[in-house]
Amino acid sequence: MSITINHLTHIYNAGTTFEKKALDDVSLEIQDGEFIGLIGHTGSGKSTLIQHLNGLVAPTSGEILLNGENIHQDKNRLKEVRRRVGLVFQYPEHQLFEMTVYKDVAFGPTNLKFSEDKIRKNTISALEAVGLGEEYYDQSPFDLSGGQKRRTAIAGILAMEPEVLILDEPTAGLDPKGREEILSLIQEMHQKRKMTVILVSHSMEDVAKMAERIVVMHQGKVVMNGTPKEIFSCVEELEKMGLAAPQVSYVVRALREKGFPISPDIFTVEEAKNALLALLPHNS
Amino acid sequence: MIRDITLGQYYPADSPIHGLDARIKLLLTFIYIVTLFFVNGLVGYVFVILSLAAVIRVSRVPLRFMLRGLKSIVLIIIFTGLINLFMTPGERVIFQWGFLTLTMEGVLFAFQMCLRLVLLIIGSSLLTLTTTPIQLTDAIETILKPFARFGVPAHEIAMVMTIALRFIPTLLDETDKIMKAQQARGADFDSGSLMERAKSLIPILVPLFISAFRRADELATAMESRCYRGGEGRTKMYVAKMKRKDYQAVLLGVVYIACIFALRYAVSAGIPFFV
Repeated sequence: MSITINHLTHIYNAGTTFEKKALDDVSLEIQDGEFIGLIGHTGSGKSTLIQHLNGLVAPTSGEILLNGENIHQDKNRLKEVRRRVGLVFQYPEHQLFEMTVYKDVAFGPTNLKFSEDKIRKNTISALEAVGLGEEYYDQSPFDLSGGQKRRTAIAGILAMEPEVLILDEPTAGLDPKGREEILSLIQEMHQKRKMTVILVSHSMEDVAKMAERIVVMHQGKVVMNGTPKEIFSCVEELEKMGLAAPQVSYVVRALREKGFPISPDIFTVEEAKNALLALLPHNS
Repeated sequence: MIRDITLGQYYPADSPIHGLDARIKLLLTFIYIVTLFFVNGLVGYVFVILSLAAVIRVSRVPLRFMLRGLKSIVLIIIFTGLINLFMTPGERVIFQWGFLTLTMEGVLFAFQMCLRLVLLIIGSSLLTLTTTPIQLTDAIETILKPFARFGVPAHEIAMVMTIALRFIPTLLDETDKIMKAQQARGADFDSGSLMERAKSLIPILVPLFISAFRRADELATAMESRCYRGGEGRTKMYVAKMKRKDYQAVLLGVVYIACIFALRYAVSAGIPFFV
């Protein structure tokens, strides 16, 4: 599903001293099946932008088109928009409320008035996708570990069968193992289920590794938009905005300064490993 | 929707009212509320409304912020109005229908009560709009302090209030976020029968309570790790001192009281213009 954002502006508390322009004339085109990394400093407008995409927040001016259709055209269809554009909030485990894991995941499909059969099918397949087996169905979500809670919450979105999956810092506050689990889950959703993914993240490593295109926001505006290579080669600009390039690219840069013939376009650990191995004499 | 609640919401501005000592503001608001119930006669109310309007004007807080506070008590005002309208005994009957009797006295009295309520809410929201919660609770603590020897836990009361006020905006934000998160899962809070709507609150309230408990727990740990142990021997970072303008405000307050009682006397003495 393609998303088109036309001249989107959002002002919080318009007309008071608390007035704040969160989005300033944002235009963006997202193709079906793309994996977008959305980065930006705290308060750059990322969260406000993604809340517009499923109609939780209405634009002050401008429009959002899903497959060419304005999402605010018909108020009765907003629910359908929210089904198709699944939004996983930051710390999604804070929204868990049901007695059991199963019931919590079924909350979304039930709200959408799916048939009994479809609710069961979707709930089970979503829990399976996040790697929570049958032994978890009847547990209280509050007894799970942090990573499991988060996966339960993500399953709650997946059970609605979204076509676009938006995640706001899905790995924040998780241990390395939990992070890895969530990231590979997202990767799988993108590759196997062909979902369009928008990943908001502060981890340049994650974004460099996973995203096909990176959008950089600063003070409510989209300031950069391009492939990871294009974005991360402008290190100085990123640093000015309080961002950075992936750590490994600094290692690569230092190596180049020492005279190693290594490509400057290396932004993931995997790429760096391969490039360094290629540099080593083969008999080692 | 959720941001309509003005209670405890500070409106930052640079005005003489904002700059006043919070203790004075608290005292003056108290006096204002008490005197509201002494006012009678048209001229008296006009005087109160004009004084309030002047203070609001000086405070630079937009009027609609005060009026937003009224929204939440509209029902109470209507209810008070209706009760007084029909329950006030009087001689000048306008019409009678069954047990309902509408009298001229009732109309006047109901109008008076509603006006008092409105003025009371606007006046007190002026206090919270121009005073930060911290200043306010500090003021309450100083005012309560003399009663500490009679066992009033002045510091503890102030601390509880500070924390409560401090968490109002936080919990409002949290509610907003949880509501959005559940809406993203297809929850619907605005339609359905009364029962359905009540049920739709569960997905908001459960996470909200859990989050409130978590925050309380974290705050307690944070306070303990900074060796908080109550009010005894605690000094203040900012010690409030009375300034020239605070004395001026007190003087204005005294003049205000004098005017209210003068007007009241004029009414009860039956001086023609004031009745």
